[in-house]
Amino acid sequence: MILVVAEQREGKLNRASWEAITAAQQAGAPIKIALLGSSVDSVAGELAAADAAEVIVVDAPALAEYTADGYVLGLAALIEAEAPTHVFFPHTYQTRDFAPALAARLQRALVTDVTAIKKQGDALVYVRPVFQGKLNADVSAEGPAPHLVTSQIGAFRADAAARGASAAAIRKASITVDASAIRQKPEAPFKEAKQAVDLSQAERIVAVGRGIKGQEHLQLVEKLAQAMGAEIAASRPICDSGWLPMDRQIGSSGQTVAPKLYVALGISGAIQHLVGMKGSRTIVAINKDPEAPIFEIADFGIVGDLFEVVPAIISELSK
Amino acid sequence: MKIAVCIKQVVTREWQLRVNDNKSWIRDQDASFELNEPDAYALEEALRLKEKHTGEVVVCSAGPARASQVLREALARGADRAIHVESDSLASADAFVVAEALAAAVRDEKFDLVLTGLQSDDQGFGQVGVVLAEKLGMPHATIIMEVQATDAGLRVKRELEGGWFQWMTLPLPALLTIQSGINQLRYATLKGIMAAKKKEIRKVAPAATATAAQKILNVYFPEKGKKTQMLSGSPAEAAKALLHKLRDEARVIS
Repeated sequence: MILVVAEQREGKLNRASWEAITAAQQAGAPIKIALLGSSVDSVAGELAAADAAEVIVVDAPALAEYTADGYVLGLAALIEAEAPTHVFFPHTYQTRDFAPALAARLQRALVTDVTAIKKQGDALVYVRPVFQGKLNADVSAEGPAPHLVTSQIGAFRADAAARGASAAAIRKASITVDASAIRQKPEAPFKEAKQAVDLSQAERIVAVGRGIKGQEHLQLVEKLAQAMGAEIAASRPICDSGWLPMDRQIGSSGQTVAPKLYVALGISGAIQHLVGMKGSRTIVAINKDPEAPIFEIADFGIVGDLFEVVPAIISELSK
Repeated sequence: MKIAVCIKQVVTREWQLRVNDNKSWIRDQDASFELNEPDAYALEEALRLKEKHTGEVVVCSAGPARASQVLREALARGADRAIHVESDSLASADAFVVAEALAAAVRDEKFDLVLTGLQSDDQGFGQVGVVLAEKLGMPHATIIMEVQATDAGLRVKRELEGGWFQWMTLPLPALLTIQSGINQLRYATLKGIMAAKKKEIRKVAPAATATAAQKILNVYFPEKGKKTQMLSGSPAEAAKALLHKLRDEARVIS
């Protein structure tokens, strides 16, 4: 049995949970779905639509707000009781916060950021990116079951999750979580008020990455954006350096966009960036490294020096 | 505050990756190396905390002999001393092995705070820091964008997804994994480089007990999406071909 740990915040299901369900269904059957929280019946009802043996809810006041300690306690007890062969999670920031501690507590393997699963006899081989997505690695999990696996966001299709003929049974696990054992005390989540630019509404976006080399070269990018009628955006390192404001950042920690046209200049295409833009209708990549992962998702690619190619495009646009 | 910063030496971003003959790892004998970028932000944060609250910053790395390069660089930026868990087998070790190696080396030092980058640019497990916290019995918080020392311990700003953040408090000793961009990095001054030559790098043998939890079977370049149309030629020719595609095929510009 494969246990899938779904994720909710404030009673709202994280859609990536369905991707983890798809990954688990591909890896084997049957699956069960676990949900942690307090008063999360409606989320459990939503998950019961999946083709799963049951949905198990660990309902405890101490789990009302996410904490790493609370989730490790709740899941360690649940995994011991259910004895699954594998435990699947979506590779969200929340999973990244607690899953390694859970694996260390249970002394079981954790394979993170998995993009595909291959079956070799009874064993599973996991494909995960290394070197910022420039290479893939096939890895095996070692040691006794259960093996813990996180599925990369966007690697498995949420809408491909098999639905059951009827709703799965929902059961409350008889697990208590001792609130006094939780060392982290969270405050309410918030958004930085200064997020002024809504790039999700832009029809065209010209985004720039490390390849631009210096802030003084941003003028060139602005000229291209203007000529194309596009908004300007960036990958994380550009905003980290303060060359563009944080609200221009595309990716897992910034905005998610799906414009008609996305032009990636000097962006290698680390997964943290790709998750924010790979839904774009037409993607153009210009990069000097022919092996850059951005070319894997681009519709049109130019291998070359952006300081030569971009002026050529601007000049061509003005013709 | 006595702070440990765990850092890793990784291949430079500019190095054109090459896979070794038995496809188990890269040809790292040909590579050039640098400090893992998120770890540089963790080091900077430690140095800032020390400047504000006094104390000591100790950098720790688990890696082969060449990893002393990044320890020396961290000393030049202002760390007080270094611990190097040295073994060739640590170059491509899994997260449990690396965390166990670091845990054995730092456990007796009784650090108040342990910082790591949120993940490495090579293996990208995103696990070592959190596993280390569990091994040391410390509470942890990850993907941190601000650190405040309080009377009771720490108040830290966690980055959530999609532009959301959350403050949380936790007692010391604690472990934090630091997000890139939390601060502006300093670089080593000539004075710092000179001073680093006199600072201690203590070498430790790795713990023999650690067993790997995952094994790399092979590494390879991902297949390119078949639909990608590569436009070749001179910059002018490529630009002309691209605009033709965007105007007449994709119809996304006028």
